[in-house]
Amino acid sequence: MCNTCGCSITPGNRPLVLAEKPRDGVSTVTVLKNLSSKNDRQAEHNRAHFDRHGVLVVNLMSSPGSGKTALLEATIKRLAGSLKIAVIEGDLETENDARRIQALGVTAFQITTGTACHLDAHLVHNALHQMDLTNLDVLFIENVGNLVCPASFDLGHHRNVILLSVTEGDDKPAKYPVMFRAADLMLISKTDLLPYLDDFSPNRAQQSLRNLASKAPVLELSAHQPQNLDVWINWLHDALKTHRRQLANHQTQRPAIARDDVLLHGEASLRLRPVMPESTRP
Amino acid sequence: MHELSLCDDLLGQVLALGRQHQARSIVGITVHVGGLSGVEPMLLATAFEICRVGTLAEQARLVLEPIPVRVHCNHCGIESETPNNHLQCPVCQSPDTDMVSGDELILARVELDTACV
Repeated sequence: MCNTCGCSITPGNRPLVLAEKPRDGVSTVTVLKNLSSKNDRQAEHNRAHFDRHGVLVVNLMSSPGSGKTALLEATIKRLAGSLKIAVIEGDLETENDARRIQALGVTAFQITTGTACHLDAHLVHNALHQMDLTNLDVLFIENVGNLVCPASFDLGHHRNVILLSVTEGDDKPAKYPVMFRAADLMLISKTDLLPYLDDFSPNRAQQSLRNLASKAPVLELSAHQPQNLDVWINWLHDALKTHRRQLANHQTQRPAIARDDVLLHGEASLRLRPVMPESTRP
Repeated sequence: MHELSLCDDLLGQVLALGRQHQARSIVGITVHVGGLSGVEPMLLATAFEICRVGTLAEQARLVLEPIPVRVHCNHCGIESETPNNHLQCPVCQSPDTDMVSGDELILARVELDTACV
């Protein structure tokens, strides 16, 4: 990819770009602009807002039922007294998840998306108008349970954490490469059930992720075994420390995959190919 | 199914270019769709049929150019095309690769009818 000038001509698309031929009476404009620019602009706005408050924002993604809310409940209990947490919940309907979090004394805002299968930067921005980020350390965004669409939307967050529960297939990363490539951390959840399942192998799950050339760490845990949460809690503390250090240097963090995107699909480069109108041709 | 909202963004950009260049109509639109962009070309094409009605791009031809996934191997230095879910180097099997192309969703070119301007 072109890292130097921020343009979007990559070795992959260069032959296609150079192959353009002008046609009579028609001007060709080469645009090379990322198509989710509206969402991405809003996401950058959200990120700047989070950074002003020094909050680390973690986007939790997985299939429905892999234990995102249970993990948040266990995490909140473990971090009580050490880190101040808030949660944005995304579901199609009901405020059930937000209530579960609020029952632990933590601020939670529920976004109900109606029929939309993912959160986007605008929905998160609207939620932020209802939330006070002052003195907050970590904001979790529990995305809609879905391994497809949420991967395509930057919310302005800093880290992507993807759960894969042992009751699913261990080949999920191979089936949903767009989602799992976005992981900064993959959590294999519900490991307390492993003794009852003979068809899930944590090693195969990890290999399936490695096949995507992902270097993201893989941790195994169960929300019902608080003693196994240490590695996850340590990861959170480290991520927050790194985030605060970068903020002190006036830098921000983006999920690993979004950093690539900024380089690959940066600003629009516009150039006009001069085409003479037919009437003026010799 | 977010192809419809992406299509809205696509048309917004295309129509803005059309106005900027005082085009009479939009003739063609070319979009690069990477194998790992998370977008289904057929759904995007269907969404375009709906979105373009009544706009300057009503007669436009939408060309969706698939961009294969390519990786550069940091071990052997060779660049190769790979399947969407197997991004290791197919030459030396190293997992230490960087994606060169394949996750883009880019409005690449717009053809405008500006003959009388």
